[in-house]
Amino acid sequence: MSEQERNTPLVEVGGLTKWFPVQKGFIASLLSHGQIDNVRAVDDVNFTIQRGEVLGLAGESGSGKSTVGRLVLGLLEPTKGSVKIDGIDLNGLGREELRRMRKRMQVIFQDPLASLNPRMTIGEAISHPAQIHLPDLSSSERMDLVLETLEAVGMSPARFFYDKYPHQISGGQRQRIVIARALITRPELIVADEPIAMADVSVQSLLLELMVSLKEKFDLTYLFITHDLATTKYICDRIAIMYLGEIVEIGPLNEVFKNPQHPYTRALLAAVPVPDPRHRRKEPLPRGEIPNPINPPSGCRFHPRCPIAVEGICDVDQPRLKSAEDVEGHLASCHLRTGAHKDLDPTRTGQH
Amino acid sequence: MASIENPVAELPPPSASDLAHGEVLYSIRDLTVDYATRAGTVGAVDRVSLDIRKGEIIGLVGESGCGKSTLGKALMRMITPPGHISGGELLFAGEDLMLASDRRMRQLRGARIGMVFQDPMTSLNPLARIIDHLTETIQTHESTVSDAAARDRAEQLVARLGIRIERIDDYPHQFSGGMRQRIMIALALALRADFVIADEPTTALDVIVEAQFLDLLLELRDEFDLTILLITHNIGAVAEISDRVAVMYAGKLVELGPANAVFGETKHPYSQGLLQSVPNIDVDDVDLYQMAGSPPSLVHPPPGCRFHPRCPAAMDICRTEEPAFLKVAPEQATACWLYSKGRYDE
Repeated sequence: MSEQERNTPLVEVGGLTKWFPVQKGFIASLLSHGQIDNVRAVDDVNFTIQRGEVLGLAGESGSGKSTVGRLVLGLLEPTKGSVKIDGIDLNGLGREELRRMRKRMQVIFQDPLASLNPRMTIGEAISHPAQIHLPDLSSSERMDLVLETLEAVGMSPARFFYDKYPHQISGGQRQRIVIARALITRPELIVADEPIAMADVSVQSLLLELMVSLKEKFDLTYLFITHDLATTKYICDRIAIMYLGEIVEIGPLNEVFKNPQHPYTRALLAAVPVPDPRHRRKEPLPRGEIPNPINPPSGCRFHPRCPIAVEGICDVDQPRLKSAEDVEGHLASCHLRTGAHKDLDPTRTGQH
Repeated sequence: MASIENPVAELPPPSASDLAHGEVLYSIRDLTVDYATRAGTVGAVDRVSLDIRKGEIIGLVGESGCGKSTLGKALMRMITPPGHISGGELLFAGEDLMLASDRRMRQLRGARIGMVFQDPMTSLNPLARIIDHLTETIQTHESTVSDAAARDRAEQLVARLGIRIERIDDYPHQFSGGMRQRIMIALALALRADFVIADEPTTALDVIVEAQFLDLLLELRDEFDLTILLITHNIGAVAEISDRVAVMYAGKLVELGPANAVFGETKHPYSQGLLQSVPNIDVDDVDLYQMAGSPPSLVHPPPGCRFHPRCPAAMDICRTEEPAFLKVAPEQATACWLYSKGRYDE
């Protein structure tokens, strides 16, 4: 690997934006003079992922985290901005080049039953991507690769599971099959979108452990998308928190958890249920629920729910991600905690 | 929060109001629920005994298929074929529900026992406004209540549950998941139910909305001395609001006790494994416990203790004889041979 290869981040996302037009009825579209409303699912998102790193992408439903995952995989075309994988912009790629790129990046979704064809045996399901992406392999070589991969995800003896159908195995085992199928092309990047959300707690912990060990074994890089902050601690190196299509805070996981800067991050962390009855919540919960992404609030999108928002600032100016607390790579977008308005005392000006 | 008149206090007192806080509201004895399947009889709930006390929040935890939801349904006698309650006693406020007529059960459901499920959309009529749900519920059970009085009561309830009154004329699809769960609670409270069975009520909710909803449950318990059975796989949620915790495994109740004891001095090896597998954002260690194996088939459950094939502490006796559910501390009980000697006696 050359010096340059090592320094190029595996994933580089710049100004990434995805707006979805809202379907309107015929009369409504006449009345609005052809003006189109957009769901601003992802708005100017920037991040990089280094080789071997696990970046967590966390947020509530509707925050845009899954859309970012699909954009990174090239499954959606961005409205604006770019996704570069190993320095190559996905936008500039033709069909054939994109197909070749897909061999290097794979995806794991939440529901393994929905991800597996019920009429394909496990062996067929796993070898399918190999047929497409590794056409030079003979069928016996392919079979060996499938068996090896099955063993790697803990489905042992692999021969025993090879001819089984998805309904004949447990939910946790199905998710292992989905992981094996993602690994068969020996990708560099795996986008895991809520990979353990459907599993029971004891199975969750086994799957997390498996993902950590596979990362070492196959030199993987993960984009780990989740709504469950508690699990990110066990796998992520860095974490990005999304709210209404924007990253509001990003940084090394320990930094963000120990010293959260954005009021939304603080609220989100405080709301995570802790399996200890003696635990008491450290921060008040924000009011209300996540607003409509069609017309997101002006200024800081979190201001209507923010416990420390200052009128005339937070509802007017859009904050930018700025470095927080002088920790390298820890950025937050809050007027009051970073940047120009730092002199304001958030406790004094807090409005409820 | 502005003080709003207690809408339930104005109503004629429910017949159970003579129960003092802490007295047994629902006594369950040796409850057994079977499902007839092609593969054989599945013992989904096997001889579970539990006393639910007036005014407590009791968390019922366990993994998929452990029988916790079946137990919840059985408490409302809502087990439908191929399942049936094949044994046991259900005493609700002194009334034997196993002997109650279907008509009496319909009366009790709603009027005394409320229900909140994971997906409120399946419980709400998409063509009916929220106000219609509430007034219909009230007037079905209390035919003498006028339209105006029913609307009045509905408005007060909705306001108390943090839903803006203007929204009472909206349809279910116009509400978010969190708000729909509040509507379900309103429906339960509209008829002064004093016992609410909440089966995975926060599973579909985001973490902040979930925390808001759990806070609401706590407030309502304090305000109305509501008794709540919280059935969930979300152990964090149970820790947040439960007074007592019950743990089920493979159709059996394996541990029961005050939340502090079950979390702090966990007795049963299954409870220990389960609780240690839960990710905890609040502690620094980064190792999760890995529990071996998976739950057994309930058609042919293992002999002896059903957990023995997975148990790190299994002994010979565990493989052959079933442990009894015994007290191991003043308020804590477990079904495990490890505690059979030197067991706690009153």
